[in-house]
Amino acid sequence: MGNDVMSGRVWKFDHDISTDVLSPGQYALDPVDVRKLHVLESVNPAFAPEVKPGDVVIAGRNFGCGSSRETAPENLKALGVACVVTESLGRLFMRNAVAVGLPVLVCTGVHAAFADGDNIEVELATGTVRNVASGAELQGESLPPEMLEILDAGGILAVLRAQRGA
Amino acid sequence: MGMTLAERILAQAAGRDTVTAGEFVVADIGVALLHDIFAARVFGLLQEVGFEELFDPDRTIVVVDHLVPAPTAEAAAAHQKIREHVVRLGIGTFYDAGEGICHQLLPERGHVRPGSLIVGTDSHSTTYGALGAGGTGIGTSDMVYALATGKLWFRVPETIRFEMTGSLDAGVSWKDVILYLAGRYGADAAQYKAMEFAGPAVATTDMSSRLTVSNMAVEMGAKFGIFAADEVTDAYLRDHGGEGCEPYEPDVDAQYEAVYDVPLSDLAPQVAMPNEVDRVGPIEEVEGITIDQAFIGSCTNGRIEDLRAAAEILHGQKVAPGVRLLVAPASRQVMQEAMDTGVLASLIDAGATVLAPGCGPCFGGHGGLLGPGERCIGTHNRNFTGRMGAAQAEIYLASPATVAASAIVGRVADPRTMEVAAIG
Ligand code: SF4
Repeated sequence: MGNDVMSGRVWKFDHDISTDVLSPGQYALDPVDVRKLHVLESVNPAFAPEVKPGDVVIAGRNFGCGSSRETAPENLKALGVACVVTESLGRLFMRNAVAVGLPVLVCTGVHAAFADGDNIEVELATGTVRNVASGAELQGESLPPEMLEILDAGGILAVLRAQRGA
Repeated sequence: MGMTLAERILAQAAGRDTVTAGEFVVADIGVALLHDIFAARVFGLLQEVGFEELFDPDRTIVVVDHLVPAPTAEAAAAHQKIREHVVRLGIGTFYDAGEGICHQLLPERGHVRPGSLIVGTDSHSTTYGALGAGGTGIGTSDMVYALATGKLWFRVPETIRFEMTGSLDAGVSWKDVILYLAGRYGADAAQYKAMEFAGPAVATTDMSSRLTVSNMAVEMGAKFGIFAADEVTDAYLRDHGGEGCEPYEPDVDAQYEAVYDVPLSDLAPQVAMPNEVDRVGPIEEVEGITIDQAFIGSCTNGRIEDLRAAAEILHGQKVAPGVRLLVAPASRQVMQEAMDTGVLASLIDAGATVLAPGCGPCFGGHGGLLGPGERCIGTHNRNFTGRMGAAQAEIYLASPATVAASAIVGRVADPRTMEVAAIG
């Protein structure tokens, strides 16, 4: 996964999108197939029904701030979101995204460089982000190797399974 | 090179002499905390991956606090599953429904020691920094890994030190201080970082206030929010479970990413406005805004000191018509003490509805949610869109004194203008 180029439609969001918006508390105990239908519904009700596998979420600062609920990145992954590219990430969201195997990238300027519906290409290993239509290219902070390794394995549980098998 | 408190804690947990900010370490877990939203899921996953035992059942703590008493049949079923897992795995410490909120119980029942690395399936695990511990939140998959192996990877965070000077005016509390810091420096000011709270104003701060501050460090993005352990910590530990402690401090030559001086004298009561924790202003900016609900509780401000501060203002007064005042003590012990000292009587006389010790409305779970367009002022820690029910509801965050004053007036009100009775 680390070496692949991902490409898809951009779903753009603003700053400070919290885990309460990504995984509302009322559905906390529901299975992922229910939870994923409510992702971001309070800011863009069209997102969950219309997002396609391979699409990319772009947001401003502090995406995923708030609680420890891993269901936030898990819901996005279940909808098929290929990658989240933001100005900055909530610490727990970043940790949890890696743990569940959802690629994330911090990239300054990404919020201004894309409009909702644009096409984007993301190269995770190098941190390069490209706007397909405008040709604009941005350089994100590629993830440290320790985190890329967990992503490549498919998440921390896959790592644990591999250790168990070893 | 000297170490900050965060570096000291992670070095110790990783079995290293020193660590520096930016490096990755694999650290031993001191205490692992799970609560009822995630416990069943974590234990189920653990079994699925093939682990029938925990790294250490005696260092694993399970608390049923979020959905208490169970508001739905599904929640009750989840609690049943948790109880089965607790027995199956031989978990040493289990606090069932009604005992209180996890972040209250761990300090209150003596599970937090200075220097210990504590991970919880809850973001407000930063609370334990009040006692000089490295408390931080993790997700469920990371928790499965931690419970299976007793270890977890960490990036050693840079530390920002806040040097607090001066003293607080009457009617102003450390809740106002942490709200002020969030407003002044922003919700991502300490993203991926540790916050260290220090300076002469801290030395005299009681443990309840420190718990409030460390609790909300995560609202500035922090991985840890730590106070050095001192005589206050020592006395608190003796009162809560036994042994006292030696001082636990950063090295004098520790390297900080930044040091901020924060003078506290003349600080006004602060209020966070919807829908961001860092949209904060002095009370003057929001005074007079009508409210439908006032909430006193949560792991931020549900302790006896908080209930007492509210009762001192509410004593002999009545909650304004049309306003619902909800009080959720942070634990059964807090409730008991509030009962024994007359605090509870003053609150109930004033018109408060007392909820079971637990999280309740704080996270929009149950027991006092908001309808569309309703406005609540609460002592909790988050005011994000939809946090307490309807997405169109508005949440203001403030101190227990400000919330009590507002409940009486029916509008956001300045506690410094209210009469204060001595209670307890
Ligand atoms: S009281 Fe609120 S913030 Fe604290 S643990 Fe419970 S839900 Fe979370």
